[in-house]
Amino acid sequence: MLQERIPDLSKCVEPDRVRREVYTDPEIFELEMQRIHEQVWIYCGHDSQVPRPGDYYTVQIGRQPMLMVRGADGRISVLYNRCPHRGNMMCGDRHGNAGDFFRCSYHAWTFQHDGTLRSIPMMESGYAGTRYGRDNPDCSMKRAARVESYRGFVFASLAKDGPALAEFLGASRVAFDDMCDRAPAGEVEIVPNCFRVIQHSNWKIFLENQLDALHPSVVHQSTGRAAHEVEKQIEKRTGKAPLSYHMLSAFATVTIDKWDNFQTLNYPYGHCILTGYMGLRPKDPDTLAYEKVMHKAYGKQRTEEILAVNIHHVLIYPGLSVQSPLQQLRAVRPLGVNRTLTEIWHFRLKGAPEPIYRRSLAYYNLVNSPATLINADDLENFWKCHQGLASDGGDWVSFGRHHGHDVEKDGAVETAPNCGTSEAPMRNQMKAWAQYMQA
Amino acid sequence: MNKQHEVEQFLYRQADLLDSKRWQDWIDLFAPDGVYWMPADPSHKHWDGVPSIFAEDRNLMDVRMKRVLHPDAWSQRPMWGTNHVVSNVVIEKSSAKGDIEVRSRFHMMELRRDDVRHFAGSYTHHLKKTRDGYRIKLQRVDMTNAQAAYDYVLQVWV
Repeated sequence: MLQERIPDLSKCVEPDRVRREVYTDPEIFELEMQRIHEQVWIYCGHDSQVPRPGDYYTVQIGRQPMLMVRGADGRISVLYNRCPHRGNMMCGDRHGNAGDFFRCSYHAWTFQHDGTLRSIPMMESGYAGTRYGRDNPDCSMKRAARVESYRGFVFASLAKDGPALAEFLGASRVAFDDMCDRAPAGEVEIVPNCFRVIQHSNWKIFLENQLDALHPSVVHQSTGRAAHEVEKQIEKRTGKAPLSYHMLSAFATVTIDKWDNFQTLNYPYGHCILTGYMGLRPKDPDTLAYEKVMHKAYGKQRTEEILAVNIHHVLIYPGLSVQSPLQQLRAVRPLGVNRTLTEIWHFRLKGAPEPIYRRSLAYYNLVNSPATLINADDLENFWKCHQGLASDGGDWVSFGRHHGHDVEKDGAVETAPNCGTSEAPMRNQMKAWAQYMQA
Repeated sequence: MNKQHEVEQFLYRQADLLDSKRWQDWIDLFAPDGVYWMPADPSHKHWDGVPSIFAEDRNLMDVRMKRVLHPDAWSQRPMWGTNHVVSNVVIEKSSAKGDIEVRSRFHMMELRRDDVRHFAGSYTHHLKKTRDGYRIKLQRVDMTNAQAAYDYVLQVWV
């Protein structure tokens, strides 16, 4: 029993270090699913993924197989993917269209898109005098306790109580504002392709890596160097290399000491932001043409404000990592204590010229595809990290880098100047973790 | 030489160069404007402008090769190897100049550390006839398990 082994979970987290069991203990994992993932707002998908009535996508929230579905009235529901009759999974495909209603493949109970029971074969004769029927809410598909969306990004919470989505997101809303504002039409549209990659490591190891500014020049040196070499060759031959080479070579040309120039901002509920080089503004003809379209849509001043937003990553704890300037996101679905699925999507800026989409696409293909030139080395390190934590060689994971130099400001923790490689984001995530786990 | 035999030999050599990690020799099988493409969606007809698992011209192939050969490519440190079997070679089209489109099936077993993975599917090759033999204009790889979640990732070409 966890209670006997670790009577007080809060003792597992100190301000600058964490016990290794937090990553490796299967019972702690179960408790995390109950107390974190099945309580807080979890990203389900984007509005444009389910454009027509009956369109659905399956989604995992904690340990719960769920469905995100568009109703005939245009409303999106998030339902438990389970027939209330015998527990059969309602939709066995990852996505599709349910038609005018859901129909269970086992005994043909049917349900409206919002989960309400529609019919049972021979209901009158079969269920007369029983407790089952339309009046019993237990005969409908169960709904997520709460569903809300922000600028087209749909979240669900399996808990009745808790902060509203906007309050929960707080400053991390910038992930969606930055993405949508960069579109001349003010919204984005999903590109209907999901890359799914499984990591053999605990879900928190991935999240902690997302804002770890010290690792890129160590872990991604090989790709950075390789891309830099080829970039130089192309420049020599043709005068100009495509921007995508810069996205890769920066991992080597931004040297380890330069990463300290960036800043991390850390917020309640474990959300964090890393500012940084993805906010770069090239001056090539494609960018200038795009800026012209933006001027038309927003005016010069507002365009400048939008394009000046300088973000590398936004982490929305405990399950979403967003790279808004390149319109990518990775949703984290824990499968087990040492297995984590990432679902990787990218978006089109509505109203932006095609070459701007091509930038996002290039990053999606090179960095985020299953043949990634970047994440291969991350995943190798995550695996080693998880393996190493099994060792009795030490009991703690340290997050001490620049500890004691964090600056509290308006409820947020900012890293001091020249502390971009601070482990403040990990400290912030674990602080939220400890608060959730106490409940 | 019999065309069927000639193209089969070419496809076997292509796979063998991958299995023996002769990356530069493998890249040299491509025409200067050749493309290696593994679609993310089997219905896609052209590699340009759509999400792809691989969509690489020779410059990007060069990046991938240099990365793999870099001493700090951590993910390449563990024991790693592949074994391809290529079969069912069907010439779909051939032109008067000797360029051909050929389809085949492959099965690749991969060992990484202690884990074995299997990838299988079909190749479509657009081959250009040159004085030095065939050169690849397009190698399209439709992997049967391309749509499944990846347990770890792919590091080199399939």
